[in-house]
Amino acid sequence: MVPLVYYLALAVVMFVLGALGVLIRRNVLVIFMALELMFNAANLAFIAFSRYYQIIDGQLFVFFVMTVAAAEVAVGLALIVAIFRTRNSLDVDVMNTLKG
Amino acid sequence: MELSRLPEIINTFSLTPWVIFFPLLGILINLIAGKRFGEKFSGAVGSLASGMAFVVSGLLAMSLASNPGSHHIEIARWLSVGTLEISWALRVDTLSVTMMLVVSGVGTLIHIYSIGYMSRDVRHNNDPSRFTRFFIFLNLFIAAMMLLVSADNYLVMFVGWEGVGLCSYLLIGFWYEKGLDGIGNAIAGKKAFITNRIGDFGVLIAMFIMFGAFGTLEFDKIFEQAPALAGLMPGVLLAITLFLLLGVTGKSAQLPLYVWLPDAMAGPTPVSALIHAATMVTAGVYLIARSAPLFSLVPVTQSIVTWVGALTALFAATIALGQYDIKRVLAYSTISQLGYMVAAVGMGAYAAGMFHLVSHAFFKALLFLAAGSVIQGLERGEEALNPGHHATSDQLDPQDMHNMGGLRKRMPLTFGVFLIGALALSGIAPLAGFFSKDEILAEAFHLQEGVFFVLIIAAFLTALYMGRQVFLVFFNQPRSKPAGQATESRAVVTIPLVILAFLSLTGGLLNLPLSGHELPGGHLLTDWLSNSIAGIIKGEFNFTVALLSTGLALFAILLAWLLYGRKSTQKGAVDPMRKVLGPAFTALERKWWVDELYQAILLKPFHILSDCLASPFDQGTIDATVNGIGTGTRGLANVMRKLQSGYVRNYALAVMVGLIAILAYLLFH
Repeated sequence: MVPLVYYLALAVVMFVLGALGVLIRRNVLVIFMALELMFNAANLAFIAFSRYYQIIDGQLFVFFVMTVAAAEVAVGLALIVAIFRTRNSLDVDVMNTLKG
Repeated sequence: MELSRLPEIINTFSLTPWVIFFPLLGILINLIAGKRFGEKFSGAVGSLASGMAFVVSGLLAMSLASNPGSHHIEIARWLSVGTLEISWALRVDTLSVTMMLVVSGVGTLIHIYSIGYMSRDVRHNNDPSRFTRFFIFLNLFIAAMMLLVSADNYLVMFVGWEGVGLCSYLLIGFWYEKGLDGIGNAIAGKKAFITNRIGDFGVLIAMFIMFGAFGTLEFDKIFEQAPALAGLMPGVLLAITLFLLLGVTGKSAQLPLYVWLPDAMAGPTPVSALIHAATMVTAGVYLIARSAPLFSLVPVTQSIVTWVGALTALFAATIALGQYDIKRVLAYSTISQLGYMVAAVGMGAYAAGMFHLVSHAFFKALLFLAAGSVIQGLERGEEALNPGHHATSDQLDPQDMHNMGGLRKRMPLTFGVFLIGALALSGIAPLAGFFSKDEILAEAFHLQEGVFFVLIIAAFLTALYMGRQVFLVFFNQPRSKPAGQATESRAVVTIPLVILAFLSLTGGLLNLPLSGHELPGGHLLTDWLSNSIAGIIKGEFNFTVALLSTGLALFAILLAWLLYGRKSTQKGAVDPMRKVLGPAFTALERKWWVDELYQAILLKPFHILSDCLASPFDQGTIDATVNGIGTGTRGLANVMRKLQSGYVRNYALAVMVGLIAILAYLLFH
């Protein structure tokens, strides 16, 4: 059986990759994908622990996370489309009207 | 229909609210239509409103004659807070009806006089609607004064009390753009209002204490409980009566709050006659008479009231000797006469005080209105000299007695009525003033001899300054050209004068000091008032006192003739009185420097304190703190706003760093 640490290491790598993607990339869609990566890193950690401790709660929680992620994507994509129509760009640095 | 049966046919007492509603109706009509229909309409509406109030008062008096005792009429419920119930309730008894008759009777005459006096007045400054406004204010005054005298509890009375104060303020400043530096009249109005506020504050505190002690503000309930309280806590009653006295000194212009009344002469002359001589200023006397059951329980306050009145009577009389403004002499005379009334009610001689109040209302209104006639006579004289040029005060002060003289021949009718008023005021038999003043003097002779001596000296001075005024204004040669060209006033002005002169002549009949029951017609007013005020004293005629006071008055008039009447004083010449009194006359002329004293000991420290509070404290400390907080916040915001770059990735980084920081804290804590 694959040890728990391997799963967690993979989850950490995925999470860091996602976080770096959010921080570094400028394309909104890519940022979105990076976000999804972070979600799934968390999901993986949930599943791993759930399996390790033989408790079903973690798997249950993953379903919630996925549902919320799906909803968030639906709203987020709609926003992106709306923004693209007005700005003609997907660059987040262009969307800086709300500054002090 | 027989007139005396009228009260039985209609229920008169239910008409009582109309003494207030009629003047209010007059205000309403004049507000809506007064400007459109012109001066005659406004004047007629105003006079009619006041006249109807007089008719209602007369009906009430007739009903009371057959059915004395107090009647209570509730118009509406006002307040109901916890145990405190206050309603707009009116009280009809002989005391309040006496006041109602005086207020509306003299008031109506003055309304009619005003139609002539205020008509096309140059001081209107080409603003015809001022005429209407004047009558609106007068009617408002009548309404407020009626509320004051007919109220059934202290709070409703206080509404009227404040209402007449407001009208006084509005009417003193009626020609608000006139006076010294174009603001003098407005300042006079302000002075009257603020000085009165000090007194009103006293009445308010007295009401608070009354509510605390009795739990009610209704006259009857308070008077019922007062004797019990006097035994338990005499200090409370002392406080109530002293605070009421403060109110009295404010409204009735007694020491030390009298200073507003001479300045109030800035108002139009009918106002001086109605508000500042005949009616409003007597509200304080009425207040004491109404609160007689309270004052009678506190002898300390009674003697304070008496001495305040007596000293005011003397003090104001001395100042009146040194004045040159025809209205100012009368103003100080009013203060002095109010002192008599206050002294009388202080001694418990309520009937004597009320009697003097009524007769004083007649002859002082007469004197003021006649003085108004003289003033306008002079203005007409000046206009006759300079046709087309309006008589204004920039050339000649038409109120300065230096500019008068010899008006006896130019204005015979005005002279006649003024003489009657002056003799009545001086206390010459058998005019109204003789009987009323003598009753007070006789009471003082019996009750407090010290007060008697003060009052009799004041009586001497009264005759002296009135003699001085009459001789200066009406006798000898005119001291200015306009005085030589002065003409008699119109009938609408002189008819009220004649009526008031008649009342001043016969007012003594109200309360002839005939003792015993064998002679009918004696003590009418005393018997009438004994239905309202318990334990009223019947004034006894004291022949010695009467002889003494009349003798002194005649001597004073003789003295005035020697000084002012015998030979003509030239304009600009030294006042003959100064030759007699020397530097003391300067003191009289400068009103004992009381205004300057108040300026120095009260107003100046107050101004310094205000300046200090305004500049270093308010602006320097409070404003600076508030402004500092504002500036600081803005500076901080300027720094912080740099963080809001608008770049989403920056925010994400910040969230990330924060998250790592929190996690690190949780892990390594």
